[in-house]
Amino acid sequence: MLVVVGMRVVVGVLMVGCAGRGIHPGILSGARQAATVPGVVPRTLPGSGVISHTGRMYGNDVIDPNEPLNAAEQAAAEGTDDGVASLSPAGRREQAATDLAAFDALIAADQRIEPRDAMPEKYRQTLIRQIAQHAHSEIIGMQPEGNWITRAPSLRRKAILIAKVQDEAGHGLYLYSAAETLGIDRQELLERLHDGKQRYSSIFNYPTLTWADNGAIGWLVDGAAIMNQVPLCRCSYGPYARAMIRVCKEESFHQRQGFEILWTLMRGTESQQAMAQDAANRWWWPALAMFGPPDTGDAAAGPTSGSHTEQSMAWGIKRFANDELRQKFVDMTVPQAQKLGLTLPDPDLRWNEERGHWDFGQVDWDEFWRVLRGDGPCNAERIAHRRRAHDDGAWVREAANAHAAKAQTRARESAA
Amino acid sequence: MASATYLLGLADDALIYAQRLGEWMTNAPQIEEDMALGNIALDLLGQARALYPHVGELDGTGRGEDDFAMLRYEREFRNVHLVEQERGDFAQEMARLLWFSAYQVELHRSLSGATDEVVRGVGQKAVKEVRYHLDHAQQWVVRLGDGTDESHRRMQAALDWVAPYVDELFDDDPVSVAAVREGSVGVHSPASLRPAVQHVVELTVSQATLTMPDPPAWRSRGGRDGIHSRPMGYLLAELQHIARSHPGATW
Ligand SMILES: [Fe+2]
Ligand SMILES: [Fe+2]
Repeated sequence: MLVVVGMRVVVGVLMVGCAGRGIHPGILSGARQAATVPGVVPRTLPGSGVISHTGRMYGNDVIDPNEPLNAAEQAAAEGTDDGVASLSPAGRREQAATDLAAFDALIAADQRIEPRDAMPEKYRQTLIRQIAQHAHSEIIGMQPEGNWITRAPSLRRKAILIAKVQDEAGHGLYLYSAAETLGIDRQELLERLHDGKQRYSSIFNYPTLTWADNGAIGWLVDGAAIMNQVPLCRCSYGPYARAMIRVCKEESFHQRQGFEILWTLMRGTESQQAMAQDAANRWWWPALAMFGPPDTGDAAAGPTSGSHTEQSMAWGIKRFANDELRQKFVDMTVPQAQKLGLTLPDPDLRWNEERGHWDFGQVDWDEFWRVLRGDGPCNAERIAHRRRAHDDGAWVREAANAHAAKAQTRARESAA
Repeated sequence: MASATYLLGLADDALIYAQRLGEWMTNAPQIEEDMALGNIALDLLGQARALYPHVGELDGTGRGEDDFAMLRYEREFRNVHLVEQERGDFAQEMARLLWFSAYQVELHRSLSGATDEVVRGVGQKAVKEVRYHLDHAQQWVVRLGDGTDESHRRMQAALDWVAPYVDELFDDDPVSVAAVREGSVGVHSPASLRPAVQHVVELTVSQATLTMPDPPAWRSRGGRDGIHSRPMGYLLAELQHIARSHPGATW
């Protein structure tokens, strides 16, 4: 079986700190090109399928590798992941929206807004905030698993883990590029992250304590992220929607790899099984909290609640209520937990024949808000780590800019 | 058998450097560089994983990649000291990568001519990869050398730092010489690789407006005999501790 391990890339010429230059043409034009990251030349290496080395991906025939394991694969199986293509082929629309009436018409027709189109300032700001938060989550999300690269228990796992963390970096860059189409540059967004003015997903404020956490993150966190992101493939803003299609495909690999880590542990020694169960216990509730508090009711509050939600729905940025996505995730994940042999830490979890869904308990929203506001096990550590890397690298980026400027001057002088 | 021992050293170089490069992920000066160094680490890991099982075949022990990586002791590792040194600043990494990748370009060219089919395959695949690594290192050495006063100073200091670890890459130890004489694992002994490597490095250094360091007062020795420097034990502790904590487990 050929198994691809995420995206393999190598950096060619780096573009340092030039605002706007990093925007990838695929994001701007919507052309279906080979996915790339700004400044990065994609490279597929023959025989880079590092998983296939040891044979079957799941190590057991009980799990059907063709069975959809996450929302991205489900959508692909149902043929609904091509939403963007059916939404707005480039030719269908004669001209760009030149005024807000045209914007409204495009939204009403469920067509895509492109960077050249006029758009309400609030729409632009909402998207910047959401895309930036998403990009920051990819970048901060490298840390919990990056923490295990040097300790992965086998060379195969080490390779998969490096490729995964690398993928997340690519997602971050791709999303920063999407945000740049809205007129803000990566440098500024990073500053907002470092200054705590913009958030990242609160899930990454939890620590990775054992090897099994890498499995639980892939299975649950990437799984929940995909559930959130598949609808975004039909987001009204073209560059974001296109970024999401590509990102979802890779997240889908991550989710399978996480599942496979746990699968292997659950068929291993007693202490490996205990490790897997402990990780599932710790990550289950934070994963459910990833969908955010209910959009209405007592727990609802914060930036995505109430009128914000309504507005985002009307603008085609948000397509499902938080509770709806959470339910879908639970319904998809519980049978997988059963296959794994893991117990999910919720005494209220039971199949509801009438509803045709799994009933489940209440997320601890007090904990959610506490962690979101900064009082989680790793909030301070994540930002400090990110700032340290950024600050330590300042002289390198300055040098690259200085060299580029010198080279330009030299070229101009020799041309004159 | 000299060939197996020789190849084990090459595999260990690749693994241990991959381990060090992996430490850069989330710590690099910019996100593109997290990806690039991760990519180089993956390529090196791929070299090691291709070579280890073959060593296990050649030496008749049937050991697999994780037996070699996770279950050997420090004295059994045959990598050079260059790759085991602790992660320094970004200039130090680029100085190390410049020498190592320039060396690996020549090495894998040599392996590409091996009569041993596996070794030839590794060489032919890797030679394409390590050209990217070299290109990456060269670009950064030039940027840093030609960049700001600070980057110039750091890059020059990095070249000085790496200098004592360079000779070891090109030592014609008895095992390498015997292995090359056997002919199945390549056509060039380590010492014969040096002129081409030296040329590439000197060219890059002068392009970067830097100077080649004076011959260092001391040089590293012993890696190929399993005599390592202080950081090696800590590196192995981190690399091996999960695997060793669960004897017999699969992952
Ligand atoms: Fe991601
Ligand atoms: Fe992911």
